[in-house]
Amino acid sequence: MAVEIYTGDFDPWEVVRQAEQAIPANARGAASVFVGRMRDFNEDEDVTGLFLEHYPGMTERELERIVAEAEARWPLLGCHVAHRVGDVRPGDALVLVATWSAHRIAARDACSDILERLKHEAPFWKRETLADGTDRWVEKNTPGF
Amino acid sequence: MTVSVHYFARLREELGRQGEEVALPGEGLTVGELWRHLHQDAPPERLMAAVNQEQASLETPVRDGDEVAYFPPVTGG
Repeated sequence: MAVEIYTGDFDPWEVVRQAEQAIPANARGAASVFVGRMRDFNEDEDVTGLFLEHYPGMTERELERIVAEAEARWPLLGCHVAHRVGDVRPGDALVLVATWSAHRIAARDACSDILERLKHEAPFWKRETLADGTDRWVEKNTPGF
Repeated sequence: MTVSVHYFARLREELGRQGEEVALPGEGLTVGELWRHLHQDAPPERLMAAVNQEQASLETPVRDGDEVAYFPPVTGG
């Protein structure tokens, strides 16, 4: 299990490739990966930049707790969570959740559960900059579809 | 008792400070009561809180030396 906070741009697929090296090759029957990136629009407005604030210390602890609870619920072989903070540009990766298991449902359900709990429980806050140069704090998550 | 208070995101900007060290007479305040003591007002709707970097509610007790954080609903991911 690993939890990482990135202060600069990161390549989520490279992180997945590296993390997978630690999973026993002949047992990892299933991997599930979610990558979230910054869009250049939100609630019908053009967004040019994003600032992600976090609570150093608590954020990592919350992510570790969420992952530990997923590991207690599903038979996982590995789990890797990465999240970006600081100033972000459209197209940059914001979040990565990767899970490995022997079987598909454990990997898929754990990945989905970790992501949803991260979005509702982990202390991160987004402030977006609009095309006209004004800033606004994002008040709530999108419904997700 | 002395507690360390932290504010985040929109709350930090609206209050104009990242936090404060607070000396309080006696013991036995809750997270919600500490907010009222500091701001002379009811906690805002949907306020979230943590004590010693663990999720807390307005009813969570605050003890000497605790780190108390107040913040708006989280929007990560």
